Amino acid sequence: MSPNRHLHAWLLLLPAMAMLAAFTHIPAISTLLHSFFESPIAGKTGSFVGLDNFEFALEDDIFWQVLWNNFWYAVVTVPTSIVLALVMAIWVNSQMSGRAIVRLAYFTPTVLPMIAVANIWLFFYTPEIGLINNLLEKLGFEGQNWLGDPDLALPSLMVMTIWKEAGFFMIFYLAALQSLDQSLYEAAAVENSSRWQTFRRITWPLLMPTTLFILINALINAFKLVDHLFILTKGGPNNASNLLLYYIYENAFSFFDTAYAATLTTILLIILALLAWVQFGVLDKKVHYR
Amino acid sequence: MLHKLPKVGQAIALSIAAFGLSASVQAKTELTMYYPVAVGGSLTKVVDNMIEGFEKQNPDIDVNAIYAGNYNDARVKALAALNSGKPAQLSVMFSIDVHELMDQDAIVPFDELTKTAEERQWLNSFYPTLMQNGKAKGKTWGIPFQRSTIVMYYNKDAFRAAGLNPEKPPKSWDELVAAGKKLTLRNGDGKVQQWGTMIPSTGYPYWMFGALTKQNGEVLMNQDGTETYFNKPAVVEALGFWKDLGSKHQIMPQGTIEWGTLRQNFLEGKTAMMWHSTGNLTTVKKNAKFDFGVAMLPAQKEFGSPTGGGNFYIFKKSSAEEKAAALKLVRYMTAPQQAAAWSKATGYMAVSEEAYQTDELNRYVKSFPAAAVARDQLQHATAELSTHQAGRVRKLLDDAIQSVLTGEKEADQALSKAQQQADRILRRYR
Repeated sequence: MSPNRHLHAWLLLLPAMAMLAAFTHIPAISTLLHSFFESPIAGKTGSFVGLDNFEFALEDDIFWQVLWNNFWYAVVTVPTSIVLALVMAIWVNSQMSGRAIVRLAYFTPTVLPMIAVANIWLFFYTPEIGLINNLLEKLGFEGQNWLGDPDLALPSLMVMTIWKEAGFFMIFYLAALQSLDQSLYEAAAVENSSRWQTFRRITWPLLMPTTLFILINALINAFKLVDHLFILTKGGPNNASNLLLYYIYENAFSFFDTAYAATLTTILLIILALLAWVQFGVLDKKVHYR
Repeated sequence: MLHKLPKVGQAIALSIAAFGLSASVQAKTELTMYYPVAVGGSLTKVVDNMIEGFEKQNPDIDVNAIYAGNYNDARVKALAALNSGKPAQLSVMFSIDVHELMDQDAIVPFDELTKTAEERQWLNSFYPTLMQNGKAKGKTWGIPFQRSTIVMYYNKDAFRAAGLNPEKPPKSWDELVAAGKKLTLRNGDGKVQQWGTMIPSTGYPYWMFGALTKQNGEVLMNQDGTETYFNKPAVVEALGFWKDLGSKHQIMPQGTIEWGTLRQNFLEGKTAMMWHSTGNLTTVKKNAKFDFGVAMLPAQKEFGSPTGGGNFYIFKKSSAEEKAAALKLVRYMTAPQQAAAWSKATGYMAVSEEAYQTDELNRYVKSFPAAAVARDQLQHATAELSTHQAGRVRKLLDDAIQSVLTGEKEADQALSKAQQQADRILRRYR
């Protein structure tokens, strides 16, 4: 390549690189740096404290609780919404009347803003006047204080998250399903393969790249989607439904402890980087690409 | 030439010309003010109208009033603007942010801004209880604006149905429990159709708890915000009582009760009584399909409620003219006429005795006595929980309260731990 073409390439890359640097890389690095300092008070920068903030995190019960909550949150919501998405996609991919409407219905939760959705669900979950309890009581079951009971608050959030996420992932599966080679299915039909066998041997392996993509997105979302907490529980009762990112927000904007917020953000970044490494480095090798 | 432009273009051209003119004739003082809205209703419109009135009176001052979300958002935005170099000159923020704003060196005391005797007198014209949260280190840092207390809303129809006198709401904890038992209605299978009372425990649990502790003869912190009293016996007892309402007396649902949906619960008759901010009064009045009353919170050792709501603060990072203009605006917004109109439109209480003496409010209170309950309760009120590092300390107490109400911990155990942690945080401010 001539030097001119190199210059060209760099110029074309420049806008994207500038944006990424300004809004992603520089903030990430300054977050890391902040985590080694005290919180600034009254505009004066705090002094260097080394790993003190990280030691504080290790002793912070709430930090461990939100981390644990976030772990369960991911473990439950990610696989469930992926399986649901796949089932829904296969269903609306089949030849049936009115499938456009069903597709739209499944996709609606994704279109709605999270805050609006949370406000609606707040009234679903609320004990005396809420939809869910009224239905349960009509069916003869005991109503629950969904968001006010520490054992139920986090699971209630999970249900809403799955409802919100599954429709979104369905779209990816649907697109993938429609691009699959039909001749493989014809061959399977000739071989008299059962529906389960066809799914297990043809559909599932061919969908693996999509599944990996969705898995990455779902895991990241499990850590970064906390909008609904502001409306539904504010992390309560007693941190039972608090998640890592919401705790970071509390530290930064409620407690003005920016240094500790930076420390927790660094920890969050490390977790996400590890997850990405596992996914790209390990799982990617097992995925069958055409 | 102008008539050839499309209408929008004309308007723009005209306004550019007008702007150029006014800029050349006189330099206007521009003020940016943030304000929060924490309860329902179209309060932004009310504020906009007040600002318009002020600008008419003071053509040399331009006010840019920005609605900034809830109290937390307003503080975050105002402080972020301060750090960004394009600061606001004044803001309505949580009255309990005072210590934190002082620690950030963000605000100036009003004592430094008020110079004439008349201005000094104005500074003393407010209800003293409403000034408590604005004072620290012997100076006044916040001027009361959208202030509230907690009151008890009750359903008079439900009282009648239960054979209770609707004009005699419970005045003590014992009466509250007794009335609550009569008001809690269960169907054949023992399912509750209507609860006796609800005290919300999400959103602002520490605030409701401030009422219970004051009623039990104790406060939660000292005036300088350097010490908390979470583990005092009367405080522990108050939390025990709150829990007992659900678990022992069974006149309130167990677990936490959502702040955001409580008003709806009350309006739909699912609870006969609720404790809530006076800021809800006008909305409840508009939407209640039954006869309702408003009463002071019941007493144990004494009556009591914390005050709540927002104060005006003036920021340090502004020029002398801007500060003077900001003071003018604060004085306008809190003047008796404005305070009266504000109180009528929202249910927040008027901040001075004089405001209640205006014709407008006087007549309103006479036709709707519920509007005076908050004022009458003021003499029994105390400051809202406010300390250095207020957010963190508040959360300690909130978590302790919720852990007790949900049955995870005992009151003394949870509160001792909260006190211990609060001590650790506040030690360096003593």
